[in-house]
Amino acid sequence: MNNKGNSEQGLFSVLGVVLKREFLSAYRSRQELANPLVFFIIVIVLFPLGVSPEPDFLSKAAAGLVWVAALLATMLSLDRLFQSDYDDGSLEQLVLCAQPLYLIVLVKSLIHWSLTGLPLVLLSPFLAIMLHLEVQHIPVLMLTLLMGTPVISLIGGIGAALTVSLRSGGILISLLVLPLTIPVLIFGTGTVQSSIDGLSVAGHFSIMGMMLALALTLSPFAIAAALKISVSD
Amino acid sequence: MNWTWFYKLGSPKWFYDTANKLLPWFLWLGVLMLVVGTVWGLAFAPQDYQQGNSFRIIYLHVPSAILAQSCYMMMAVAAVISLVWKMKLADMFIASAAPIGAAFTFLALFTGAVWGKPTWGTWWVWDARLTAMLVLLFLYFGVIALRSALENIDLASRASAILVLVGVVNIPIIKYSVEWWNTLHQPATFTLTEKPAMPPEMWVPLLVMVIGMYCFFTAVALMRIKNEILLRERRTKWVQTIISEDIKR
Repeated sequence: MNNKGNSEQGLFSVLGVVLKREFLSAYRSRQELANPLVFFIIVIVLFPLGVSPEPDFLSKAAAGLVWVAALLATMLSLDRLFQSDYDDGSLEQLVLCAQPLYLIVLVKSLIHWSLTGLPLVLLSPFLAIMLHLEVQHIPVLMLTLLMGTPVISLIGGIGAALTVSLRSGGILISLLVLPLTIPVLIFGTGTVQSSIDGLSVAGHFSIMGMMLALALTLSPFAIAAALKISVSD
Repeated sequence: MNWTWFYKLGSPKWFYDTANKLLPWFLWLGVLMLVVGTVWGLAFAPQDYQQGNSFRIIYLHVPSAILAQSCYMMMAVAAVISLVWKMKLADMFIASAAPIGAAFTFLALFTGAVWGKPTWGTWWVWDARLTAMLVLLFLYFGVIALRSALENIDLASRASAILVLVGVVNIPIIKYSVEWWNTLHQPATFTLTEKPAMPPEMWVPLLVMVIGMYCFFTAVALMRIKNEILLRERRTKWVQTIISEDIKR
């Protein structure tokens, strides 16, 4: 076999190992996966209790509430993204590995999304119904979350990578990441709002798609660079 | 082109000496221009035909808003230099400029709120420019928080450089997303390409204030960079000589 074949095989086998390992360790700590989801539900329940249970208010606020709660729940799950790998030294192995770190962190971030963002998307219709969002807007809300939560995971990965060497990175991650996720929040809720107002949502979805494309292509660079810095300490 | 000046920036000692020479010029020019601009703007510039005297806060509001934004851009340039050439001075600039930028952003928001009360009838509106400035303030806070959390100075410098660059990629996206979201604020007073819509009696003092504010910013940044240099190079001989001479006096 020639060298090129070797390295390509190497890349996919490394990504396969990363994939398998992530799902295995996630499966072994199921409770940790459930926690952000429970948090997501509790935050949403607080609003009817704290502000107003009026259906009029709730149906107007539903998209925003679901989005803000999803944003906060993702923030909580972020410090897990690289922390255990950093603690047991496997992060250093990934950085030293001959395969591009760019792809490895992309895969890791997408797995993180599939374990936290995706369940939030699947839960959102139930919460949207409890918040009296009209049924025809629920698919729009789900689609915005489906396009927006990967962006949050990817941007959040930058914050997680920058703070991974700290003992208590949790609140610092939110401080670094939340301002950067504001555009996603604006267009995520804006899309549902236009749908409620009876306007076309195609433009909004195009912009969300642009943000997803930018996050998918650019943020792995930043995450990889940040991890290299954190590991070098 | 001769690049020696750029390489010289890599030497903290050279920069310290140069900063000592430049500092009084920027400081006194800045103070002079700010005093002249303030008196001119507050006392001699004509009243606005709609807003009366309340518009005069523009002479503080616009310069601080301009500085708040360009400070972040300067930090982004410094971040590139710091990551590419590993120049300590670039990182010292980021460390020194972040709190100044945050202060200018706060000043812009505060004067904006004070100005908003008589003209819009409210201290705060969720308008695009105000929100974008508020987000900018959070970006500054993020840089400051990350730097203070990471104790290793090398780690802090590279991590904050990345954070600044991630922020600068995001700033246009944030700007346009909030603009499409909601807008009440008037467009920028100064643009490079067009003549201002104000009469010269109004905008000349404003220009004096802006330039004065830049000088003042440079002076404060130089002071803070000098402190950073002394702190980080405290084990070198030339810093110890300076300190011991200072103690003798």
